[in-house]
Amino acid sequence: MYFLKRLAFAVPLLLVISALAFVLVRLAPGGPFDRDRAPASPEIENNLKTKYHLDEPVWKQYGRYLGDLAHGDFGVSLKYRNHNVNDIIAQGLPVSMSLGVLAFGFAMAGGLTVGFITAARRGRWADYTGSFLAMLVVCVPGFVLAPLLILIFAVKLQWLPVALWDSPWHMILPVIALGLYFAGKVARLTREGMLNAMQSEFVTAARAKGLAENKLLFKHAFRIAVLPVVSYSGPMLADLLTGSFIVENIFQIPGIGVFLVNSSLNRDYTVVVGLALLYAVLLVGLNLVVDFAYTLLDPRVKYE
Amino acid sequence: MTLSKRARRFFSRARFCFLNCGVLLVCLLPSGCARHEPPADITIINAAEPESLDPAIITGQPELRAVQGLFEGLTRLDPKTARPIPGLAERWEISPDGLVYTFHLRTNLVWSTGKPITADDLVYSWIRALNPATASDYAGQLFYLKNAGDFNAGKIRDPALVGVRAMDKCTVRAELNHPTAFFLDLCAFPTLYVVPRQTIEKYGDRWLMVRPLPSSGPYELAAWRLNDKIRLKKNHRYWDATNTQSEIIDLLPVGSPITSLNLYENGQADIVWDKDLVPVELLDVLLKRPDFHTFNYLGTYFIRLNVTHKPFDDPRVRRALALAIDKNRIVKKITKAGEQPASHLVPDGTANYTSPAGLDYNQELARKLLAEAGYPGGKGFPRFNYIFNAAAGGAAKMHENVAIELQQMWRDTLGIEMELRQMEWKVYLGAQSHLDYDSSRSSWIGDYNDPQTFLGMFTSDDGNNRTGWKNKNYDALIREANEQPDLSARAKIFQSAETLLVHDEAPIIPLFFYVGINYFDTNKIQGIYPNILDSHPLQSIRKIKPQK
Repeated sequence: MYFLKRLAFAVPLLLVISALAFVLVRLAPGGPFDRDRAPASPEIENNLKTKYHLDEPVWKQYGRYLGDLAHGDFGVSLKYRNHNVNDIIAQGLPVSMSLGVLAFGFAMAGGLTVGFITAARRGRWADYTGSFLAMLVVCVPGFVLAPLLILIFAVKLQWLPVALWDSPWHMILPVIALGLYFAGKVARLTREGMLNAMQSEFVTAARAKGLAENKLLFKHAFRIAVLPVVSYSGPMLADLLTGSFIVENIFQIPGIGVFLVNSSLNRDYTVVVGLALLYAVLLVGLNLVVDFAYTLLDPRVKYE
Repeated sequence: MTLSKRARRFFSRARFCFLNCGVLLVCLLPSGCARHEPPADITIINAAEPESLDPAIITGQPELRAVQGLFEGLTRLDPKTARPIPGLAERWEISPDGLVYTFHLRTNLVWSTGKPITADDLVYSWIRALNPATASDYAGQLFYLKNAGDFNAGKIRDPALVGVRAMDKCTVRAELNHPTAFFLDLCAFPTLYVVPRQTIEKYGDRWLMVRPLPSSGPYELAAWRLNDKIRLKKNHRYWDATNTQSEIIDLLPVGSPITSLNLYENGQADIVWDKDLVPVELLDVLLKRPDFHTFNYLGTYFIRLNVTHKPFDDPRVRRALALAIDKNRIVKKITKAGEQPASHLVPDGTANYTSPAGLDYNQELARKLLAEAGYPGGKGFPRFNYIFNAAAGGAAKMHENVAIELQQMWRDTLGIEMELRQMEWKVYLGAQSHLDYDSSRSSWIGDYNDPQTFLGMFTSDDGNNRTGWKNKNYDALIREANEQPDLSARAKIFQSAETLLVHDEAPIIPLFFYVGINYFDTNKIQGIYPNILDSHPLQSIRKIKPQK
């Protein structure tokens, strides 16, 4: 029931988001058809505006947009005029999603392992190294990391391709470039969570009852420790699934992340609104999944 | 069983499943995404993703380079000289007054799908590009036809009144407003290409998604994936198919210079053909290599001055600013790709024309003129701004460096202070067209090989003027030149106009002429020739098979 309510609430939320995106992008100076060369006559520009209904008042444009949206049509891109937004999403999203899911898997596997180890070996050599590395990868931005990876593994060692999106080999560097930051975050969250959990009363009680340390760590502390990771993983997954401008740009990956940034620079109104909605849907949906996962993980959490 | 108990059991199972699924996913997902396509004969890095492949809609270079493989016009450009040679038309006659062109199409023309290409298709294509409903940015390329402008503006509804007609299945008659020296060049421009009527009428704006797509050029569209690749395969029904050199060509949309260079160096691309895809930081080193080719290009980098703002309304001030710039220093110190400093607007090497001299570097005269205008030593000269755009790739840094250099030169020579303003692309365009600036970085790439594409834009009402400069003499000269059928007389009139523009009045200050840069190994790739339009028809490019 609770989740149904949440779903119902999402609809007006998405409407507000679409309206805001729709209006805000139109407020930005310049329009989709401004170019460095003016057309031969002012009528040419009018023809363009008429064709894409940009000559109408904004409320009317928005009404038209919602009407099309009801039929699942996100409209035609104003920059890539042969493609509609549905094409762009259909072509780019699967690519970004594969990249995102792989990076998510990488971040979770790497982050949870490192986090767990650093917490279990607290104050020792493994902890210092692991925590330092986790801190380091959180601090190194993608636009530094990606070229570094390319330089080392593709240009110097020639083990992996420099760019493009063709075979599994092409995916390794972008997945690392995209996932490493999140792996660091997850590691830090896990470590923090573990340390908190180990100090809580139920762990002390379990320890007092003579539970083996391994069992204690895995079965009791870890489950509580991953809760912050779980709540972080929702927005993280949404972030990863919708692609990364930097990684997609540097590795020349035909994903959706490039459009997320370029569409607003191009004033490609329909694409901006379409992608904002897509992102919002993913975020709302994944947060819902996260909340659901909470009820499974933590017996104390219940939604009425 | 309570929810939490069930959940706990679920969790312990889920943990196991999750791990397994994760491993499976990591193994399966990449192989599922891998594509099984035969390798291309030639892979070309073609700069930005084409906005469209519709000849009537496209405006940019990357689009043009792809579209010229798919469709053709009455003429096409010679791969060596970039001058018009017979395309779909095998010959033509021009009336003595230069107003009527009669084109004779080849009799063996068919679409890649096998249907014949007729004169009606050509008329349809031109009228379609002019039709307001098509909303073509470059409809202006057809305004030289009688009544074409009025038809595009919706003032005339009947397309039959536009000056293009099919006389029979293979003959097209075009009637122009003025003798147009570059009309045959225009016939080789995408806006005037022949496009498939039935497909367009059936599928509307999505006609390019149809497979097989009927094409009139040397290649067919095999695949078009946004930001991924355009794959072209040979059109065996093209009239000149025997001379098409390669079977499959891939065009990769790569915008980053470093990525382009990496792909090229690792052998994942054979040709990189855009100046903006050369990393500026490495320009010095790269240009010394034999596989980096530079050539003069039909483009000029210049400054616009807003003559509606004081003190730029005074020609003496504008001339002083022009005279105080050491353009040699700019090309030697900043651009460094072998650009020639420019004192006039029309690039050297433009067809049908030689430019007159403009204003050269002369600090003495510059100071004198500024003093005459009432600002001796720059005293009392207001602070003014210089706008430039934040460009992608290496160009951004160049614009900024040029701006800093100008600031320095004007301060040192004239004692005046300029403020730099970098703007986002669309904001910059807006400031320029609304005359909301004092001085502005500008550039122009010729649409066709003729002085008109440069000089025409500074007539009073041209949308590209963007300086506020209106001069009746100049307008009259340009009009007169375009009505003059004799080429050498026409060139003389254009020269008077250009003198007015860059020497006497100076609402603009030319800085340098662009060079083009392509990189490819001439031992592996042949059929690309340097020319002023940077035009390299795909059908003549071939890879030399390595000898064993």
